[in-house]
Amino acid sequence: MTVPERQATLDANHVEERRKGSFARMLRNPLGLGALVLLTAVVMLGLLEPVLSAHDPNFSSLTAVNTPPFSPDYLLGADQYGRDIWSRSLVAINVSVISGLLGAGVAVSIGTVFGLISGYVAKRTDAALSWLFNLVMTFPALILVMILYPITGGDYKIMMGVFGIFISAGIFRLVRNLVLGVRNELYVDAARVAGLSNVRILSRHVLYAVRGPIIIASAFLAVASIGIQAGLAFLGLGSSQLPSFGLMAGAAFLNIYQHPIQMLWPSLFLAVMTGALVMLANAYRDSLAAPNAVPKKPRTHTVVPPIEETGATDSAASIDGNQDQARSKGNLLTVRNLRVEYPQADGTYRSVVKGVSLDVNLGEVVGVVGESGSGKTQTAFSILGLLPRQARVSADLLEIAGEPISAQDDRTLRRMRGSALAYIPQEPMSNLDPSFTVGSQLIEPLTAGMSKKEARATILALLARVGIPDPLRTFKSYPHQISGGMAQRVLIAGAVSSRPKLLIADEPTTALDVTVQAEILDLLRDLQGEFGMGVLLVTHNFGVVADLCNRVVVMKDGEMVESGDVRSIFHAPSKEYTQQLIAAILDENTTRSDPPAAAPSALNKEHAR
Amino acid sequence: MFSFMIRRLGHGVVLILIVTAITFFLTYGAGIPVATNILGKNATPEAIAKLEAQLGLDLPMGQQYLNWLINAVQGDLGRSYFSNEPVVDAMATRLPVTLSIVFVAAALMLILSTILGVASAARPGILDNILQFISVITFIFPTLILGLGMVFLFAVSLKWVPAVGYTDLSDSPTRWFAGVILPAIVLAIGGIAALAAQIRGSMIDELEKDYIRTLRSRGVPERSLLLKHALRNAASPAFTTFSLQFIGMFGAALFAEKIFALPGYGTYGYQATVTGDLPALLGASLFGILIVVVVNLLVDLANGWLNPKARLT
Repeated sequence: MTVPERQATLDANHVEERRKGSFARMLRNPLGLGALVLLTAVVMLGLLEPVLSAHDPNFSSLTAVNTPPFSPDYLLGADQYGRDIWSRSLVAINVSVISGLLGAGVAVSIGTVFGLISGYVAKRTDAALSWLFNLVMTFPALILVMILYPITGGDYKIMMGVFGIFISAGIFRLVRNLVLGVRNELYVDAARVAGLSNVRILSRHVLYAVRGPIIIASAFLAVASIGIQAGLAFLGLGSSQLPSFGLMAGAAFLNIYQHPIQMLWPSLFLAVMTGALVMLANAYRDSLAAPNAVPKKPRTHTVVPPIEETGATDSAASIDGNQDQARSKGNLLTVRNLRVEYPQADGTYRSVVKGVSLDVNLGEVVGVVGESGSGKTQTAFSILGLLPRQARVSADLLEIAGEPISAQDDRTLRRMRGSALAYIPQEPMSNLDPSFTVGSQLIEPLTAGMSKKEARATILALLARVGIPDPLRTFKSYPHQISGGMAQRVLIAGAVSSRPKLLIADEPTTALDVTVQAEILDLLRDLQGEFGMGVLLVTHNFGVVADLCNRVVVMKDGEMVESGDVRSIFHAPSKEYTQQLIAAILDENTTRSDPPAAAPSALNKEHAR
Repeated sequence: MFSFMIRRLGHGVVLILIVTAITFFLTYGAGIPVATNILGKNATPEAIAKLEAQLGLDLPMGQQYLNWLINAVQGDLGRSYFSNEPVVDAMATRLPVTLSIVFVAAALMLILSTILGVASAARPGILDNILQFISVITFIFPTLILGLGMVFLFAVSLKWVPAVGYTDLSDSPTRWFAGVILPAIVLAIGGIAALAAQIRGSMIDELEKDYIRTLRSRGVPERSLLLKHALRNAASPAFTTFSLQFIGMFGAALFAEKIFALPGYGTYGYQATVTGDLPALLGASLFGILIVVVVNLLVDLANGWLNPKARLT
């Protein structure tokens, strides 16, 4: 076995292990176990029909007409034709089970086979198959089954098979999309390099990865098939000699004013079967999702109130080294011992920012530098209050423009965003709302304080100021109609439109072409001088820091490595890590290729670089 | 956008041709003894042959389909073999019934699932659990059982609304609504949970996107983030799901019509299929596919309006 193949098998085994694990987990879920027991019990009743049946299910006894339930000899009573409801129910269980198996079986077989082919072969085959299945999907399956009734002759097994074909489009799309996703994942590549045949790759590796969702979908398809079979029989499409719940419901419906209880039995059996299937599928889905589940803690921006101000600054000062010890009046931003944690699957918390302290003074540019996963973006977002819900933030002190940001008070931060505080993101295109014009989304925050007309004039002037050649045209454009460089200028205009005191820029040039990078940095420098803003600049590039910043904080693995004046650190870095970052400037001739460090994914991207 | 719509229309015409052709060849090719059915078992072979010639059943299949198609384009779908009523007339009286319940159901579904989906995306927790619960419940009770249960509860036990019957909207809007609301609820319930789950999912996806964070950083209120920006972007996939639900409801309307004894499109198609009334069956399937094509076209239009990128193609 070659190394790649073994790797592929290992991964597949891993999936398999997880699947077994998830099955066991499902059984530990009381709902899942209960559903399984219930379903098995009903199916067993059907299988034991020859033993348990008390009467011929089609035999009409004149003396038994409308016998109430729990009579001797007639457990569930008899219907208006004097037929034993219990015996009929047992046969009907079998009809329902076979309908479910047939409908779901046909749909899953057809959908899976063609989905695998379509997703894996792609190109024209995919286009053709997708078109075909989309066509099938847009037509109501029930009406088709009905149209075809004269041909199927009312045999419920054939009808369910036909129904299965028509509902296979859902499975097809599911499998195709999953395969497209899995297709380019490493282990398939590895298997392909190892020379495995396509069929083997499809059946062994890809199928392993997609079987979970298929199992869940089949349960729902079986439910749909059982429901449709009952519906068709209720309408009278099918043999009147074969007892089924639909037929029984139809007979009872005619009798609903006199003996409504007869309606209960077919409804109850159907509900138990479909309900158990749905609950089983839900339990299985939950158990599949369990390893990644995040315990819900809808706590947002929790900042621990400053304990002892002096004590806090003391501890910070020790990290901050030679930096200005106390926070002087006029400090724009003061952060002491900031921590950010994320909940893990096992219920523990994992720190991504471990006690960061920094200051930004009026008119000063402070760089936060470090590689991906160093916690620098998390630091920036926690100051902005823009971390995802599940993040836990605490700090001994967090003060913006002289206002302390205290515990459970999101309101102060919300007020500051859009006034004192502004943010420039990393990836320009994804940070504009694709459905609205550039102008309308830039104006929106301003209209709280001024008329629409004024806001429009302000934005147009700003767009010109940030170097956009035809402001009006850009104003009226949708985000996908402008270039990345233009989009970043738009975002900068949006950030400074509120005349902020503190601007937090998260890798503002990283996603741009090298030529554009320099222009944007120049623009930032100009605007900073013009507006007299304090800037916190997050970057992985020491070159940018040397270019723009007065002071710098170096971060690694969520901790501060060193901080101080840019010039002194640049010329005499005290830590080896800082030296490496400075040395890396020379290598920095292309744009960074890893994706922007969005909050949760940042956790997994630690070693991406 | 214009050429896009033209393409979709062309797609629709192809779809109509395919479905009617399949229906035609399958039903006419099934060898149903139409003339015998009409005239009865004791009819003489001569009488049967005469009727077959009269109905054009003795022509080659392709010729028959072509004749049907040519007449159909001119608005003539033939007459029912049994009632002799023109199929077009029957559709004109029966479709409004079915469309009434389907439209009311669609409106119910759209409103309720948007509220549920948006709310549970904005506030995970209790609402989310309620949504899960509703989805299990609606799956447990298939349309059929739900319908029967509703008839029993509201019409038989509580006597709040008439159990059966349809009043035309132009005759009495209130009685129309009373007759339509129960079947509409029955139809809608199955779709509400699924559509709400879809809206919830795409809302959560959108709310986690970068542009929301950036807008939030500029002080855009949460309400606007949720209802203007995220909802607008989440609407497109939701509309696609909604169109599938709508088409599904059009099929499921058959059960509702039967349970509530409404003289609708589904019942007509059902009778045609049971009796082997080929012109009626073919007409019903033509209108079915027409509605599918129209709904898909409307959804494309809506998506084009929602999504500036789609507008250009």
